[in-house]
Amino acid sequence: MSSFSITEPSGRSKWFAGTLVVLYALITMVPLVWIMLTGFKSPADAISYPPKVVFDPTLEGYVNLFTTRTRQTQDFLAENPPVTWADEIVRQYDMVIVGPSKFGERFMNSVIIGFGSTFLSVFLGTLAAYAFSRFKIPLADDLLFFILSTRMMPPIAVAIPIFLMYRQLGLSDTHLGMILLYTAVNISLAVWLLKGFIDEIPREYEEAALIDGYTRFQAFYKVVLPQAATGIASTAIFCLIFAWNEYAFAVLLTSATAQTAPPFIPTIIGIGGLDWPAVAAGATIFLLPVMVFTILLRKHLLRGITFGAVRK
Amino acid sequence: MSNGTMDRVASATPPRVARKVRGLSDRAIAWIFVAPTIFLLLAINIFPLIWTIQLSFTDYKANRIGREVKNIGLRNYERILTDTDIWLNMQATAHFLFWTIFFQVLIGFTLAWLINRKFKGNDLWTTIIVLPMMLSPAVVGNFWKFLYQPQIGLFNYIVAFFTGKEPSSFEMLGSVQLAPWSIVIVDTWMWTPFVMLICLAGLRSIPDYIYEAAEIDRASKLRQFFTITIPMVLPFLMLAVLFRGIENFKMFDLVVQLTGGGPGSTTELTSINLKREAFEKWRTGYASAYAIILFVTVFGLASIYVKALNKVKER
Repeated sequence: MSSFSITEPSGRSKWFAGTLVVLYALITMVPLVWIMLTGFKSPADAISYPPKVVFDPTLEGYVNLFTTRTRQTQDFLAENPPVTWADEIVRQYDMVIVGPSKFGERFMNSVIIGFGSTFLSVFLGTLAAYAFSRFKIPLADDLLFFILSTRMMPPIAVAIPIFLMYRQLGLSDTHLGMILLYTAVNISLAVWLLKGFIDEIPREYEEAALIDGYTRFQAFYKVVLPQAATGIASTAIFCLIFAWNEYAFAVLLTSATAQTAPPFIPTIIGIGGLDWPAVAAGATIFLLPVMVFTILLRKHLLRGITFGAVRK
Repeated sequence: MSNGTMDRVASATPPRVARKVRGLSDRAIAWIFVAPTIFLLLAINIFPLIWTIQLSFTDYKANRIGREVKNIGLRNYERILTDTDIWLNMQATAHFLFWTIFFQVLIGFTLAWLINRKFKGNDLWTTIIVLPMMLSPAVVGNFWKFLYQPQIGLFNYIVAFFTGKEPSSFEMLGSVQLAPWSIVIVDTWMWTPFVMLICLAGLRSIPDYIYEAAEIDRASKLRQFFTITIPMVLPFLMLAVLFRGIENFKMFDLVVQLTGGGPGSTTELTSINLKREAFEKWRTGYASAYAIILFVTVFGLASIYVKALNKVKER
C-alpha cells in the first residue's frame, strides 16, 4: 500500500471477502459448465446416474444438432461406407445423415434480426438522443418518460395487437417484422442511455465547429459522433443482447422463415424424447458468444448496466 | 484540433452564434432527428396499445376471421376481476415477486459489500458472477429443466449429496410444493448480479471522507454500516428493486420453459395465463382486457413506488 488510509479494508478482511466472492462465482458457474460438458457427452452419459464428470467426449451432440438423420437397413449401410467423421458417429445407431438440420438457419435468423435491429435502434436512437439532448423539444420530459414506460407492458400484452397488425400487413414471420419490433422495444432504452452519454459531451465543442462554418449536421457528424463512440458501442451491446435473447415475441410471431434460435433450441428432439446433448450443444453455441463478449467488454457493459439504471 | 484549443475557442464563442448557422435550422434538424423514432413508437407501441384498449371492450376472437364482433362494454373486465382462478395466478406472481426480490436483495447486497473490499482480481470475478444475467432466459430455463430432472439432474444429485435424501425422492418441477421455489431459485441465480451491480454503484458513490470523519469520531464499524452505508445505498437498492419488480411482473420466457405454468397452475404467472387466453384459447377481446389490467397494475404500483423512492432520495 502506497499510502496509509483508515478506510482501506485490512488485508484479512480483503482475503475473507475475496474467498466468499470467488466461492459464489464458482457456484454460479456450475450450471453453465455443466451444460457445456453435456454438449460433449453421448446420450447415455448425459442421463447416467450418478452424473458423470469424467466421460469420453464425443461430438455426437453437435452432429445431431446440425444434421437430420434416418435409420437405414444393414444392406444399405454395408453398400455405403461412411465418408466423414460425422458419418462414423451416426453409424453406431445404424443411421445416415440425410441433410442439415434447421439449427443453422435459426442461428442465422438470430444473427440477421439481432444485428439488423441493433443497427436500426442505435441509428435512430442516436439521432433522437442528440435532438433531446441539444434542442428544446416541447414536452421532452413527458415524451421521454412515456417512451420508457412502454417497457412496462408485458411482452404478451404487446404481442396481441402486433400479431393482428402483422397478420394484416403480411409482416408475420418475416425478418423485417421482427427487426422493426425489436427496434421499437429497444429504442426507448437506447434513447435513454445515449441521451446520457451525449449530455456529457460539452456543447461548446459543437458551437466551436459551427463558428468554423460547419452546418449543424456536420457538427453532429464530425464532432459529436466520435465523442459519443464509446456510449454508442455500449448501447449497441445492450440492444444486441436483448434481441439475441428475446423469446416471447419470437415464439408468438414467428414459426418458420424468421424463427430465431431461442424458441428453436428447446424443441430439438432426439430418439425417445429430448436429445439433451444436442440441446446442450445448441445452448452452448448460442450462449458462448454472449459470455465471451461479456468478459471481453466487461468495463463498458458493467458501467452501462449501472449507468442505465442509476441515471435519473 | 486538440481538445485544449477547442475549449479555448469554445469559451470565447458567444452563445447566439449557434443560432445563425448554415444549413438546416435547428428546429428542422430536431424534428428530422426525432421523427423516425416517434413514428416507430407510434406504429409499434402506441397504436397497438390503443387497439388493445378498443379490443378489450369486444368479444373478438383472432382465430375466427369474418365472425361478427360484438361490443360487450365492460363485461370482459367484470369477468376477469371476479374470476377466482386469475386471483390464484396473481398470488403465484406475488409469491414469485416477493421471494425473488427478497433473495436477490439479500445476496446481491452482500456480494456488492464484499466486492467493495477491493480484493485483488475483483473485477474479473464480478464479471463471472454477472454472466447468467446476460444469457437468454428461455435457453437458461430449458437447461435448468435438465438440471432439475429427478433421477439424472445435477441439482437433485447435489441436494441429495448434502442432505442424504434419495435424488429421485423429490421433483423440483413436478411437485406442487417445490415448483414455485424452483422458479425462484433460477431467477435468483440469474438476476442477483443485477442487484449486486446497482448496489456496487451505490457503495462506490459514498465518498471516503464520510467514513474517515466517522472514524475520527470513533464510531464503531457496525454503527458506520447502519448510519452511513445502508442509508446511502438505499436509493440505489430501491431502484434495483423497482427494475426487478417490473421485470418479474412481466416474467414469461424463463418460467414457461421451466415449468410451463405447472404442475396444475401452481407456477402459472399472469403472463403465462395471459398467453393461454390470447394464443391458445384465442379469446382476444378477453385477453386484451386482461393485458390492460396488468399494465395498469404495474404502472400504478410503479408510480407509487417511485414516489416513495423520491422521498428516500430527498432525505
